[in-house]
Amino acid sequence: MSEKQLGTWSVKRGLAEMLKGGVIMDVTSPEQAKIAEDAGAVAVMALERVPADIRKAGGVARMADPAIIEAIKEAVTIPVMAKARIGHFVEAQILEALGVDFIDESEVLTPADDKYHIDKHAFKVPFVCGARNLGEALRRIAEGAALIRTKGEAGTGDIIEAVRHLRAINGEIARLKCLEREELVSAAKELGAPLHLVEEVARTGRLPVPNFSAGGVATPADAALMRQLGAESVFVGSGIFKSEDPVKRARAIVLATTNYNDPQILAEVSKGLGEAMRGIQVETLPAEGRLADRGW
Amino acid sequence: MMEIRNINGNSTRPTIGILGLQGAVEAHADMFAACGAAPRVVLRPADLEGIDALVIPGGESTTQKKLLNFNQLASGLVQRIAAGLPVLGTCAGLVMLAREVEGGTASKLNLMNIKVRRNAYGSQLDSFEAYIDIKGISGKFLAIMIRAPYIISVGEGVEVLATYEGRILAAREKHLWGCAFHPELSGDNRFHNMFLEYVKENMVPAATPA
Repeated sequence: MSEKQLGTWSVKRGLAEMLKGGVIMDVTSPEQAKIAEDAGAVAVMALERVPADIRKAGGVARMADPAIIEAIKEAVTIPVMAKARIGHFVEAQILEALGVDFIDESEVLTPADDKYHIDKHAFKVPFVCGARNLGEALRRIAEGAALIRTKGEAGTGDIIEAVRHLRAINGEIARLKCLEREELVSAAKELGAPLHLVEEVARTGRLPVPNFSAGGVATPADAALMRQLGAESVFVGSGIFKSEDPVKRARAIVLATTNYNDPQILAEVSKGLGEAMRGIQVETLPAEGRLADRGW
Repeated sequence: MMEIRNINGNSTRPTIGILGLQGAVEAHADMFAACGAAPRVVLRPADLEGIDALVIPGGESTTQKKLLNFNQLASGLVQRIAAGLPVLGTCAGLVMLAREVEGGTASKLNLMNIKVRRNAYGSQLDSFEAYIDIKGISGKFLAIMIRAPYIISVGEGVEVLATYEGRILAAREKHLWGCAFHPELSGDNRFHNMFLEYVKENMVPAATPA
């Protein structure tokens, strides 16, 4: 019998693997967490406010109150995630001490550091980070992220940015696959990413960690769209609890995420869901309102 | 070794169905492909036709249970498994197979004579890896435990395959195999190969349809 090892890379990446094909839902109370679990969510993101309300409230957005996170942890048996500000490693330490299952170093909160993201290797808890392109994804993986998600544009209910980011990552991966070795060195420079990760992506044709989608999913069709574009799971933020009938919509998005290739089922589950979140067209957002530009 | 026959009688490559509702589907598919079997993702009842074994992968058992019903797979699965289809359940899949579940409700499959404790080790911070001994595999095997369950007790006819720190991590009841760890993530295909050997030995020509 050998010594057990906690918080290893396999163990961190392993949890990301288990979330594949599922839906991770933003919740702000134990009641919402129960609704998410009952609808079949694979995990919940414990927050004080969903991104749409963070936008509305303005000011500085920080880690949620630990009391809320603990109450949500009590309410469900599925994994509980929570958000820390970009670069705020003490918020991350607190979330780890609370025993959350995954930390999202998230652009939805106000960044704490304009130069450095958290050294995620220093933690036993796994991290997910947002990315708009391959270089950003690989920089986060180099820092220790066990899971990548598109940033999209959180709190808008507009899918265009999530599509843009996923297509950017897919396109850059496709390009790397047909480069010669010496060209990869130059590609690594252009991407601003470590060469060994660039080489790995060129060889395998995929990110070294699972690739999920976030930032704008509001309907079952949005979830299926991201899956068909190659996202392995979806995060749904404001899309559920800012809609008319969260219970129905949550379940429909779960069913659509698994059956994303079956238009008959997608048609069935999309019926009679009530109104989706009102949303904001991303184009109309002023530059300072764009959360995806936070981080580098 | 026994001569391998299968349903078509013309191929020695078993088709391994992998329940594809959610979770570590791809990792199992890659592992079985590397072992020379033909993996097939099972999402609809028709996908069950012609498979020689089934894997219920890790993921979230609460999610998988709901999707199992929506995708109308539960009754077909139970029927095939009751008729002797070999099954490997890993982590959440082990929970799905169990007749009794602590920390959650049993799935409708209700097949294996074991009692399991869900999320038995705590949160993700308590997830771990360790080298363990497994009956039928020589040398140590890396067990990766992700918010893992363990088997509290086994009933009659269940053979224990692995224990760690006094807890049962793998067991087998005839054609039902279950483990709390993730052999599909350890980069070591010996566990999959052991299951595959069992599948091959038990592949029989399909009964002539009535």
